[in-house]
Amino acid sequence: MKVKDSITLKAELASLETVTDFVNGFMDNCGYDFKFQTQIDIVVEEVYVNICSYAYPDSSGDVTVEIAEEGGRLTLSFADSGIEYNPLEKEDPDITLSAEEREIGGLGVFMVKQIMDEVTYRRTDGKNVLEMAKNADAAECN
Amino acid sequence: MNITKTVNGEETVLAVEGRIDATNSKELQDAIIGAFQSTKNLVVDFEKVAYIASAGLRALLLGHKTAVSKSGIMKLTHVNDDVMEVLRMTGFQSALHIE
Repeated sequence: MKVKDSITLKAELASLETVTDFVNGFMDNCGYDFKFQTQIDIVVEEVYVNICSYAYPDSSGDVTVEIAEEGGRLTLSFADSGIEYNPLEKEDPDITLSAEEREIGGLGVFMVKQIMDEVTYRRTDGKNVLEMAKNADAAECN
Repeated sequence: MNITKTVNGEETVLAVEGRIDATNSKELQDAIIGAFQSTKNLVVDFEKVAYIASAGLRALLLGHKTAVSKSGIMKLTHVNDDVMEVLRMTGFQSALHIE
């Protein structure tokens, strides 16, 4: 059975904890293990912080986070009405460089791509929509 | 997040406790860079850190670069498995000094 929930809030860094609490509250009911939840926490933080940083440079606006689970597959969607921004176009950082050679930043989206099994971006009706999915083996949603 | 600073002779230890995320990573960055004002040998004890994302990694990378610029060293200790997984995924495991 598919279960889902969503939250819409003003895109601002101060609400990061509200978003992670919302996502973890959902996952707590699904029996995911701690490691799985921690990895999803990272994804949620990276995507949410990106939206707070880039979507509304001259104004404020909302972001809607949807989470769903079906048969051990967790899906997450982030939608904002901000300026068009496809985070997947960003080039991956070279993670083999030494610390001295490395640039500050660029790691967030890279980690999202590493952790999730699927990540897709689309621009629809003036919205940026980032959809992601990750499969968990033994998870059950109650 | 809490950071406790202890000076042991030539070495300074920052014991970090809690989650390191985008809302508090600047505190860690400031504590690390601040510590290098008075030491060349910094240990960042991660025993009680269960979560780090890219904002925290940025603070560690800046700390490492600060250490190099002062001919010092920054070591991470007691890194747990979940945090190590993040360091491995991003190549920081080999880029930083981890004990």
